[in-house]
Amino acid sequence: MIISIASGKGGTGKTTVATNLAASLDSDVQVLDCDVEEPNSHLFIQPTIEEVKTISTPVPEVDMDKCTLCGKCAEICQFNAIVVIGETVLPFHELCHSCGGCMAVCPEKAITETDRELGIIEKGHRNGIEFVHGKLRVGEAMSPPLIRKVREYTRPGRLTIIDAPPGTSCPVIASMTGADFVLLVTEPTPFGLHDLKLAVGAVKILGIPSGLVINRSGMGDDQVREYAEQEGLHILMEIPFDRRIAEAYSRGDLVVDVMPEWKEKFLELYHRIEKLAG
Amino acid sequence: MKEIVIISGKGGTGKTSIISAFASLVENKVLCDADVDAADLHLIMNPEIKERHDFESGYTAIINQDKCTECGLCRELCRWDAISENFVVDSIECEGCGVCYYFCPEKAIDFPMNTCGEWYLSETRFGPMAHARLGIAEENSGKLVTLIRKEGKKLAEEKKLDLLLTDGPPGIGCPVIASLGGATAVLIVTEPTVSGRHDMERVAELAAFFKIPAMMCVNKFDLNPGEGEAIEAFARERNVTVIGRVPFDPAFTQAMVQGKTIVEFDSQSEGCLAVKGIWETLSQRLEI
Repeated sequence: MIISIASGKGGTGKTTVATNLAASLDSDVQVLDCDVEEPNSHLFIQPTIEEVKTISTPVPEVDMDKCTLCGKCAEICQFNAIVVIGETVLPFHELCHSCGGCMAVCPEKAITETDRELGIIEKGHRNGIEFVHGKLRVGEAMSPPLIRKVREYTRPGRLTIIDAPPGTSCPVIASMTGADFVLLVTEPTPFGLHDLKLAVGAVKILGIPSGLVINRSGMGDDQVREYAEQEGLHILMEIPFDRRIAEAYSRGDLVVDVMPEWKEKFLELYHRIEKLAG
Repeated sequence: MKEIVIISGKGGTGKTSIISAFASLVENKVLCDADVDAADLHLIMNPEIKERHDFESGYTAIINQDKCTECGLCRELCRWDAISENFVVDSIECEGCGVCYYFCPEKAIDFPMNTCGEWYLSETRFGPMAHARLGIAEENSGKLVTLIRKEGKKLAEEKKLDLLLTDGPPGIGCPVIASLGGATAVLIVTEPTVSGRHDMERVAELAAFFKIPAMMCVNKFDLNPGEGEAIEAFARERNVTVIGRVPFDPAFTQAMVQGKTIVEFDSQSEGCLAVKGIWETLSQRLEI
């Protein structure tokens, strides 16, 4: 089963839920941190990293000895990532989406592919948890290709927990698509509610069963709960606003280590997810 | 004209609450919400929309089943596995590269432009505002960020205002990069947690990469003062100007629930006084 943990709004507790859920399960579990722009799960799981891999995406390189300046590459490129200027063809690697169109269209076979580094993937272990995350290279704009590479580490037949990035656009979709269940985490505030609605919209487009965790409950108002009831969105767990939890998080401690009574609650959350995911 | 962009790396550190407070404190500015993916500033600003525009960007392939001979060339060329075995394009997976459209021997593929969202020019009780809404599951958030900042600047020029206050997105990827170019300075709002530190380091590195001067404040400082001090020390090492600390103050959430800025909600609250201090420092440094 693949459980993707998403939120819309950032900072609502996705990582807290993902890491504590993983640490509460005794079974073989994988955590894939797909928030490759700002991955944080490793700060809590503290895995021993066993494998580091540089991930690249193919971008064009032009052999000017073969090029006849016909301009077809520039014509097919939707991203303005290759242009003909005077007597030369200039690829802009950072704009390239790696579609391979320029290479396919070039009648002179003057285009080959080289690599643009997207970032790295690190893989490790901590107790029963297999851990994988991507780290986007600072300055690199495109996270979805790296997210897709992280997701290639999914081992079918095991439980995979995905820590998704905030928002509702392409990086989030890349982290949710193909999941068996999306666990939404929000906080009971107007911002949390507004962005939760967007996340619910994204989950609906993908047609994945979902449920809700309300984090820091008691701090804002009741509108998230009212919305969940109207929507038929199951509230699977509530984590009260508790300074001890916030402080544990600030230090990089797992809630279940500091307050072991929470382990039972995360296990219950998992059983509820299992039921809803079918 | 000067533009301050508020970013954080990590989400949920208080960017929008702090820029809302600035909106209350500063005159002669335009507000710009560049967090188009999960825009929240309008929940406090309650803008009256004066102009509404479609945001069109990017394309999606659509296969015309009547013309398709199922030759399979499109599936072979598509690097996104976006075309199913029965030749239907998954619009979510489609990158809009147009390779299938270009090569289809039957001309059976349409390639219409996407409407991926809307953008708005509005009036608020704190002055003009440019904002947007990216459609759910849409792409091109970076382009929409660039557009909304450009419109914000135009609006400021028209109204003869010389400051743009921009609420940026979380992360360090495409929309954040789009929110940095040409900014006078960024204000990084972080929190005293291991995640806040980790993410702040990456976003500070990003600002340095694009040579944008960076300032920083730690929100909810008293949650973990040791971590807060460590973040400040790191910032100084990297030439990020530390311009203040904001205490954990429930008044921020209480203000948000009422759709108010913390200045409107309780101008004597600890949180409000801290943000006022930060604005004073920031405006002196940037000569606003």
